[in-house]
Amino acid sequence: MSEAEYPAEREPEQHRPSAAVTPADTADAARLVAFGLQPKLLPARDAEYAELIRRHREDPAFARLADAVAAGLGLVVLEVSPRAGMAVAAAEDSVFAVRMGDYSRRAASDSTDRFLHGLAHLAVAAMAFPRPADLADDGYIGRITVNGVDAFVRQACRRLEERAEETGENTDPATDAPGLEAAWRVYARRSATGATKDARRLAGSTTGIVGKAVGFLVDSGFLQRTGDESGGTYRTTARYQLQVRDLAGSAAMAELLELGVVPVGDGSATLLPPDDDAADLDLVADAGLPFHS
Amino acid sequence: MGPPNLSVVTASTAESVPHQMTTVPRPVAPGPAADEGLARRLKALACTAPLHDLDVRKANLAGEYSTYAMAEVALAAIDLVTLTMDFDTGADHEQIVARLQPRVAAQTPGRPAVEHERVARWVLENLINVGSVDRGFRAVYGTFGTDGAYVRRDYDFKLIEEVPGPGGSVYLRTTDEAVNVLVGALDTDVTSAQIAAEVKLEVLINRGRLADAQLAAEQARYRTVQYAETLRRALEATRRDVRAVDWLRTVPDMINEALDHVADRYRHENAILTNIRKARDEATEPDHKRRAAELVDIVKDCIRRHTQLQSRLLEAGPLFRAEQDRQAFATPPARAGLDLYGQLIAPVLPLPVERAVRVTDAFFARGTGQRTPAAVRVGDLVDALLTPPVEREHLGAEMPEPDLVATPEDSRFSDEQLEAALELLDLPHDAPRRLSGLLAEARRRDSELPYLVALLAVHAASPPVGTAYRQGERRLLFAVDDGTPLDDPEFGGADLIVGAALLDAAGMAAERTAGEGAAHRAGTPRAASAQRTATTAKQEEDPR
Repeated sequence: MSEAEYPAEREPEQHRPSAAVTPADTADAARLVAFGLQPKLLPARDAEYAELIRRHREDPAFARLADAVAAGLGLVVLEVSPRAGMAVAAAEDSVFAVRMGDYSRRAASDSTDRFLHGLAHLAVAAMAFPRPADLADDGYIGRITVNGVDAFVRQACRRLEERAEETGENTDPATDAPGLEAAWRVYARRSATGATKDARRLAGSTTGIVGKAVGFLVDSGFLQRTGDESGGTYRTTARYQLQVRDLAGSAAMAELLELGVVPVGDGSATLLPPDDDAADLDLVADAGLPFHS
Repeated sequence: MGPPNLSVVTASTAESVPHQMTTVPRPVAPGPAADEGLARRLKALACTAPLHDLDVRKANLAGEYSTYAMAEVALAAIDLVTLTMDFDTGADHEQIVARLQPRVAAQTPGRPAVEHERVARWVLENLINVGSVDRGFRAVYGTFGTDGAYVRRDYDFKLIEEVPGPGGSVYLRTTDEAVNVLVGALDTDVTSAQIAAEVKLEVLINRGRLADAQLAAEQARYRTVQYAETLRRALEATRRDVRAVDWLRTVPDMINEALDHVADRYRHENAILTNIRKARDEATEPDHKRRAAELVDIVKDCIRRHTQLQSRLLEAGPLFRAEQDRQAFATPPARAGLDLYGQLIAPVLPLPVERAVRVTDAFFARGTGQRTPAAVRVGDLVDALLTPPVEREHLGAEMPEPDLVATPEDSRFSDEQLEAALELLDLPHDAPRRLSGLLAEARRRDSELPYLVALLAVHAASPPVGTAYRQGERRLLFAVDDGTPLDDPEFGGADLIVGAALLDAAGMAAERTAGEGAAHRAGTPRAASAQRTATTAKQEEDPR
């Protein structure tokens, strides 16, 4: 649809019956979805894309049409905006969905690796948006490094290990029931890195797994590489925030609730709280010290 | 164990406690404390297993390797890695292999160096356990649970682990388990153990037992490394996330403690250093002298590590403030969002892995983005397969011609002046001259020249005998002070006698080859023979 025809159409849109959708409109709507399927493409870089985004925001009939095309393809529309473009995510059974088996052949057969790959993605998101406010704030851009994510999870695991030691708990799993091993222990005992013959990252190490996760997210248009320090540094895109906030986070929460674990949050960050008595910590409430009980 | 307070517990049960293994039908597990101690010892034992395993498995290597003591090489490797570990990184893999080789070579001097390297590499890789996906070891041990049931458990540990270094490189660090295996059962407080080791060291030095003193000093250094490692972890956590550590009390206290510790150790080790230096200088027995010298090196290394630790501690405060600024002055939340760590990761990590995997799967399925499946047309495929590969440019772009700018001449003396001065100083070997005469002659040619001549003459007062000897030169300029003061308008000091000594080049060459052989055999320093040549030169100069 060219720009010349467009203003002429907008006027009668309120009283025009829905039957007036032309094949050209449908083609435009599908074209918009096709743009949305190229996650690295931004409306700011492509005039046609930007124009279709504008039309989606201003023309409800066209918006419904585009959303219907997306739904028919098995896509969930998260947001349509100039900053994120048409942010679509694959529904669970869609042809566009990523399956663990395609992602990592080893993960398909080994539940330990399967967990580590999933945890890597969760940890990348948690490091990218450490506070609830970061996830809620549309203007927030998270920055992560591969080594930072690994160190962050290791730190969390170490705290659990220390806690287990304090209570005198024996965390070594029973030999005949590997599935009952505590999740943190699986991560803690996997080595962080390893030398390989060709100087690449060892795929089975935790930095290798995190590195694979961020590499995959770059291809998904969720992260942008900014440097090579600390195993690679990355910043988040608007699409990643949407995907984590509106889809992945809530899906994982739902699964956790089904397991009978009810984490209670009051909207404040709980990232690695200090474990001794929190009563004295209100002293620093306004001093800019981000302590949370 | 408290007194029985349940009505069902009768006196007869209390009586039967010593014989419970026989009287009670189901054997009750030994007390939890005893069992825990046993488990701890089993774990300690397990840590040594990889070392024994090396000696068992060396028979499987292709070739005759039974003469190598693999456990010894492994312990040496753990030593080397522990000592080369510093604050930021760890030990370099290749460096460790290279430094292991002398020890391996000493075990079998007759074997080729390639084989020594292979052994060193094999041991190091087995300590990392390169073959396994975890790159670690696992031992199985049994404990009694609280209900008396016997449970087999897996104990996972590593001896040398690979850690990421700057620029994507991989470094080696020894784990706590390895340090414990190495130094012995280190189930004690780091600080007090260190103090004990140092007090012991001082006593040993006072009694002149330096061999033991060296052992104690080395142990003190292992503890120093371990202490630094503990602090490094704490600081790293701070850098990652301000909220991870309590900056109100815990961390400042820790930093103060550590600074006190460094100051204390520094004073202490300097005192030890002074003592050992004295011991080194006063020792008459060469073996004692050498040991004391080694000890000086070790203590110096301890001091270096403390200084490094201290500089890290001083950086911690500014680092915290910068991180706080970055993290705390963000805009306040517009709406409450999901707390990914607090509400997802923190509850998931303690779960058993078979349950945790459901949550991570759910996140993975929706958090990875979508992939567009490829749809290939056969026509395109044929085209793509038949297209010849593009020729690669091997040489790359042409380098631009560098634009060279001549740097201005800024030497104090010109080449002509140097030539003139050298000509002046080119004296016949049987006719040395006074510096005053040389200066006067130089002044007649050029007013700047005396400075250059004086400079060369002063240099000749300490002639480079060693260099001349090594390079086999035939003559050498020298200057001798016989006590006559220099009478000159521009220069003061001694009126040196400047002359040229002829060197016996052929004799020196013969001696050099013989001397080198001797140096290889007995470690005789070359300086001794150089000294002899200097004396020869003096003798030649005598009949002037």
